Amino acid sequence: MSPTVSPVLQLRVDEDWLPVCERSALIAGRGVAALLPDGRQAALFVDRAGRTYAIDNRDPYSGAQVLSRGLTGTQDGRAFVASPLLKQRFDLETGRCLDDESVAVTVYASRIAS
Amino acid sequence: MPDATSRPTIVVVGHGMVGQRFLEALAEHGTTGRARVVVLCEEPRPAYDRVRLTSYFDGRTPDELSLAEPDFMARHGIELHLDDPAEVVDRAARTVTSRAGLAFTYDTLVLATGSYPFVPPVPGKDATGCFVYRTIEDLLAIEEYAKTARTGAVVGGGLLGLEAAGALQGLELDTHIVEFAPRLMPVQVDEGGGAALLRTIEGMGLTVHTGVGTQEVTTDASGAVNGMTLSDGSVLATDLVVFSAGVRPRDQLARAAGLRVGERGGIAVDERCRTSDPRIFAIGECALTADGRVYGLVAPGYEMARTAADAIAEVTEDAAEFTGADLSTKLKLLGVDVASFGDAHGAATGCLDVVYADSRSGVYKKVVVGADGTLLGGVLVGDADAYGMLRPLTGSVPPVPPEQLVLPPGAGTPVALGPASLPDSAVICSCHNVTKGAITACATLPEVKKCTKAGTGCGSCVKVIGQLLPAAGDGGLCGCFPHTRGELYEIVRTLRVTSYAALLDSHGRESARGSDGCEICKPAVGSIIASLAPTLGVSGHVLDGEQAALQDTNDHFLANLQRNGSYSIVPRIPGGEITPEKLIVIGEVARDFGLYTKITGGQRIDLFGARVDQLPPIWARLVAAGFESGHAYGKALRTVKSCVGQTWCRYGVQDSVKMAIDLELRYRGLRAPHKLKSAVSGCARECAEARGKDFGIIATAEGWNLYVGGNGGAEPRHADLLARDLDDASLIRLIDRFLMFYIRTADRLERTSAWLGRIEGGLDHVRDVVVHDSLGLCGELEKLMADHVRGYRDEWAQTLDDPERLRRFVSFVNAPGAPDPTVRFVPERDQVKPDLTFLTLEGVSAR
Repeated sequence: MSPTVSPVLQLRVDEDWLPVCERSALIAGRGVAALLPDGRQAALFVDRAGRTYAIDNRDPYSGAQVLSRGLTGTQDGRAFVASPLLKQRFDLETGRCLDDESVAVTVYASRIAS
Repeated sequence: MPDATSRPTIVVVGHGMVGQRFLEALAEHGTTGRARVVVLCEEPRPAYDRVRLTSYFDGRTPDELSLAEPDFMARHGIELHLDDPAEVVDRAARTVTSRAGLAFTYDTLVLATGSYPFVPPVPGKDATGCFVYRTIEDLLAIEEYAKTARTGAVVGGGLLGLEAAGALQGLELDTHIVEFAPRLMPVQVDEGGGAALLRTIEGMGLTVHTGVGTQEVTTDASGAVNGMTLSDGSVLATDLVVFSAGVRPRDQLARAAGLRVGERGGIAVDERCRTSDPRIFAIGECALTADGRVYGLVAPGYEMARTAADAIAEVTEDAAEFTGADLSTKLKLLGVDVASFGDAHGAATGCLDVVYADSRSGVYKKVVVGADGTLLGGVLVGDADAYGMLRPLTGSVPPVPPEQLVLPPGAGTPVALGPASLPDSAVICSCHNVTKGAITACATLPEVKKCTKAGTGCGSCVKVIGQLLPAAGDGGLCGCFPHTRGELYEIVRTLRVTSYAALLDSHGRESARGSDGCEICKPAVGSIIASLAPTLGVSGHVLDGEQAALQDTNDHFLANLQRNGSYSIVPRIPGGEITPEKLIVIGEVARDFGLYTKITGGQRIDLFGARVDQLPPIWARLVAAGFESGHAYGKALRTVKSCVGQTWCRYGVQDSVKMAIDLELRYRGLRAPHKLKSAVSGCARECAEARGKDFGIIATAEGWNLYVGGNGGAEPRHADLLARDLDDASLIRLIDRFLMFYIRTADRLERTSAWLGRIEGGLDHVRDVVVHDSLGLCGELEKLMADHVRGYRDEWAQTLDDPERLRRFVSFVNAPGAPDPTVRFVPERDQVKPDLTFLTLEGVSAR
């Protein structure tokens, strides 16, 4: 399948836009994980409105690479994911932990390119 | 550790409710660590909840009524001597000698000897078939004698008499109550309340004789009771008599020792519960307190226990003093709520009554108000819900007119009176003297119980405590839905909504419509849709369509997420029965994939350490060997444990293994508000621990007893008996109904034990619904379960058959074949464990 046929989700990693997967691989409310060239991992999400989000996949509380497997939701109009381990919530746009101001995860810019 | 002889010795005589509360208070002060504490107990068992004695007939065992945690004595180094009452106190030598001849020298002596039942001196009072109602032993003796009796009479229509009458009725005796006063419960309720109580109790089939005394108990040739002659000359034929005409303080030991006692009994004590000998204290029903009264209720007894403990521990700040107590009480007698508080009889000058009475429903409510509007007291019969609010308001001017305090909700102007209107100083729990302020400092009911003990006495304040604690605002499930889980279940069922988004957009809060919901309601709605899927005719598979985005990761990957991001796998092993061949397959799979194996508490085998991408190949081998998903990952039926039963065990009376397998196969895959556990024991020895389960089955010679609402975990609870001696078909039908009724009405993440405790009417209501079909629901509940049984498919077999579903079992969307390099293991005891050191390194990298 040619990459130009279906829209592709890209992540901004070190100044470059990295193609990760077809847009159709994401379903609203369910994340997926991507392996980045330097070995880091990203968690990718799309919401009901079609907006995409990408944050670091590592749950800072456990060290496990699991944030892509959390449940997403909306609070006060802002998208979040809840860690599947101990349920701390992270804002998908800022990476800030909603349950602990001192904790945050890295955020990646994302876009859909045809 | 100081030498036992150099430490002061505290001897406690009596281990009833008050004695135990005293020991707890001593332990809280740390005194048990500094002193030798010896307890002499006349009864053969440690302190139990005498107030709930009658609940023995609801299926509670004597052990369940026990008040002290099993290790309480050992933990605090307290020496408890059961079945060995104190017989002599020698004040000069400072010794107590027990019946068995043990002698203890005391530095401090605490008398908590309680009271004894008063038996009027009528001829025949000691005949075979005459009883009192005070201890578990009394109750067991009555139960035994009642087996050959048809009629029973209770002498005394007060609080204890009605308790005893309830017990006799529970034993299926034709029950009579004989009360000397012109009404029932003369001490607590007024004439109107007594009349309401009389109508309701007579409506239950009991016969009440008021205004008459007992003149004689008559006997047959063998000396056994055959009747009673009453003061009006009438004769009452009865096989059994229970005297429950009040209690008297047990002060004999103190009298013999020369302590000061009251003219009408009771060991005289001062404000600190000290007797006329400063080394000796008296607490509870045996004490004549500083205000000149003997208190027969448990709350004042607890207060005295605290007072004496404060004095003995030499507490200097805010030490408790006992100067008198509130006689307010709320009880459920024969299923009727009765409460009285404050000046219930309107004794104050110039006071006025406000009364609401409805003879049809047996409700009578009266409040007594002073001329200035102060609430002075009241009586509630038939509906005592308002007690929790009215008692703390007593002594103040209520924020609403008095008629609104007694009118039923919805009659006239709506009542704007809630616990929020109480001042912080209002005492909410009178058993433990806990104020509203102390309660609202806690966040949850378990925290309140732990930190303040409120709600752990008579329990009448639990409802008000619930109202004082922060709820999810309006009781809605979360910030997205204003409805409870039970309401959402009904919406989904009746409107046939099968999509989360559709439900959120149509029934969510305005602010949440069109949003992405939250992590609380998504799995809850997913579970409701999965429960109803066979009935709604939609696919129930948790991986399908929009459902996929609703499930916790465990349900999404059909495995249990562990702390390093790997998963564990639990194949179903119905009833815990497994062939050698299948055991070998599990062993081979674990060995080949390098999994850590452990036997679970539910008689299964858990395989740990699988990466997401390993789950399908592991399950391909398990499914090929005949295994199915064990749903260890779901809020669903987990396992049905069993003992080996009649087939092998010499004690077994039924085939518990076969029943466990049948039940596990019937309910496998059933999605519920929380996990469901079960067990089947083949005899009363209960090796399968069925009473610790949501539904537990214990074999009897005639069939099966079904227990419900048991729980292990942080708040263990023994299951209650729902029905006894059922045949196989009746047992299964009853479980079908019970489970579906639970699924339909429970809150999110509410186990059956919490559900039974929360729903109005509790176990009795559930029994009415599922055994007696009081709501006409049983046909529908059975159909729902039939739909479930018919619609069941193994989720793992289905997943392996569907390439679309298998696509999500990859660690990385952009590198489908690559394993997650951060899931690493290190060896331990010949197996593996997660490499947590590696995970906690900052700036973790793939290498």
